[in-house]
Amino acid sequence: MSEIKAFGPKNLPLEEFFAPGHRACQGCAEVLALRLALKALGKDTIVANATGCMEIISTPLPTTSWMVPYIHVGFENAAAVCSGIEAGLKALMRKARLPRKEIHCVAVAGDGGTADIGLQALSGALERGHDMVYICLDNEAYMNTGIQRSSSTPYGAMTTTSPPGRLSFGQSTQKKNVAEIAVAHGIPYVATACPSYPWDLMKKVQKAALVQGPAYVHILSVCPTGWRSQPEESIELGKLAVASRIFPLYEVENGQYRFVPKPPKKIPVSEYLKRQGRFRHLTDSMIEEIQRNVDEQFRRLEAKVRISQEASSQEPQE
Amino acid sequence: MGKRVGMEVSIAIAEAACQANVDVVAAYPITPQTHIVEHLSELVADGHLDAEFVPVESEHSAMSVCIGSSAAGARTFTSTSSQGLALMNEVVYIASSLRLPIVMVVANRSLSAPLSIWNDHSDAMSVRDTGWIQVFMENGQEAYDHVFWAYRVGEDRRVLTPVMIHIDGFILSHMVESLELVDDEIVKKYLPPFEPIHRLHPDKPVTMGAFALPELYTEAKKAQDEALKASWPVILQGWKEWGDLTGRYYRPVETYNLDGAEVALVTMGSMGETACEAADRMRAQGKRVGVVKIRLWRPFPFQEIRKALQGVKVAVVFDRCISFGGQGGPVASEVRAALYGESPRPRVVNFIGGLAGRDVSPGDFQNMVQEALSREDDRQENYKIYGVRE
Repeated sequence: MSEIKAFGPKNLPLEEFFAPGHRACQGCAEVLALRLALKALGKDTIVANATGCMEIISTPLPTTSWMVPYIHVGFENAAAVCSGIEAGLKALMRKARLPRKEIHCVAVAGDGGTADIGLQALSGALERGHDMVYICLDNEAYMNTGIQRSSSTPYGAMTTTSPPGRLSFGQSTQKKNVAEIAVAHGIPYVATACPSYPWDLMKKVQKAALVQGPAYVHILSVCPTGWRSQPEESIELGKLAVASRIFPLYEVENGQYRFVPKPPKKIPVSEYLKRQGRFRHLTDSMIEEIQRNVDEQFRRLEAKVRISQEASSQEPQE
Repeated sequence: MGKRVGMEVSIAIAEAACQANVDVVAAYPITPQTHIVEHLSELVADGHLDAEFVPVESEHSAMSVCIGSSAAGARTFTSTSSQGLALMNEVVYIASSLRLPIVMVVANRSLSAPLSIWNDHSDAMSVRDTGWIQVFMENGQEAYDHVFWAYRVGEDRRVLTPVMIHIDGFILSHMVESLELVDDEIVKKYLPPFEPIHRLHPDKPVTMGAFALPELYTEAKKAQDEALKASWPVILQGWKEWGDLTGRYYRPVETYNLDGAEVALVTMGSMGETACEAADRMRAQGKRVGVVKIRLWRPFPFQEIRKALQGVKVAVVFDRCISFGGQGGPVASEVRAALYGESPRPRVVNFIGGLAGRDVSPGDFQNMVQEALSREDDRQENYKIYGVRE
């Protein structure tokens, strides 16, 4: 793990692996996350991409934004395709049909392709222990098909299939926590990230690529189109998500939880919600309910971090 | 030459994949395909085959893993049946559209409901139009031989198309047959290593699986259709060279006792041998009956079918799948279409039977011929489901 380096403005790799000219919306934080992740991964990377925004904006035949080898197969199988690439390369290198080389096999999918239709393939790939990275770019709904709710859509949010109405207040279920599902597979590395914290995101993606075995990185990706937010506020919104604790940043290395980076000063969740049209219909009492739930979830996470710290401090010192 | 052994056909198929030195096997358990991948996993576990065995969590992922590994340039094998093939249907199309020469053995089985594990061709027909080269095997020797042929043809740079080898579930998959296994030297001569034109590798980045706007989709599909048709000479060459090396020559369509035949039984798969037995019995009674056995299902051998049925008065086509509310059996539909422009044109009478493992005996074929000769209206919607209990 000694190869892990801190990224910052002075050593940001200049080389681009995702070419401009793609069709992402103004203020799309998802494509920014992808660009940063690829910079962290470097050129020896193969990407298996699920159907979704990032696929559809980047590859209208005969053009492509991808400067690294890339394959798109289906919506639900990025993890399976990626595991196949890994298995193929492994066999070919072992049989001396390809020169040995460290190549990062990376699956990229949205929240629908991860938390819903791709969950089974993801679980299978993580359980089988392939040396690969799975990146979920979570913009909290099916944005590519027109903002339909997914199981990753937060409670109360308006989408085209969770509309607030006389009998409804928007999304009626809590956001599925896929990072925790990944942790439950006992894989060596799981992290959450957000492009509003670019150096942290890059370091986590790099770490995910360098660990042996499967790694999962869940990236909150602000979507002005689907969230009904201002495109110029995408970076700030990501910061508010982290500061409000609705999307805490942490990593889980070999089962040990750590807050990375240190959580910023806490702000009320309403500061985050009120910038987005998808939450405009919420009443004060509903915002209070969301606040209570955010606090509860964060307390649980803090407890896991605390237990991890205690466990590591009890380890015998060399 | 090779050695003759008594061997279960599934085991022989796995041995062939091992001799073909496949790099990746991805599969999910489903009856009656299981013995093939069980034996492959044993070959890997014992170090006889240097391959990655990926025990996936579904057939959809099996084909997805195959697509990933084949795109990386690895020789890739899988096997499935029935519901498994239905579940992977989406990606079966994508494998051929991405032009990845995966080889899949399908141990044919009926589709639910009612649930049945037994053999017919319903699963195969659900992937008829997926753009794969497809063959139906009559016996275990053919199944074994065609694993090598499938890689040889599919990986040819003029073809680059996946190949599906259909074997009748249980009837072939679980049959212990006397087989001749070829020496590795023969395989080496016949099957060069897989050298793809493009592969996923950082040395030369490519984008696979782009999306096409209406301006380009049709062109992409025409190119795929032309490539499948252009596989024809490679298919024939592959069979010829295999015959030169082993003495076993194969053709798109086999004929049996067709000289002067008035009636031809048309079959696909293991039922061919039963039909031949029926034809022999009827010949002995002085009836002029022969057999046409279709081996190559896609690309469909229109010319060969026309040639085989030239001069025949009645073609009795036996299907093992129903196209509900449609033209009856898919094989009869194809045969009828092949003959439509011919003059004189044989009558085509379509029987559907042998569904979900229902036994079809030589006597049944004799009954079908009898009935076909007495039928007056043989238009396609008048197919008959043979042997229904009423």
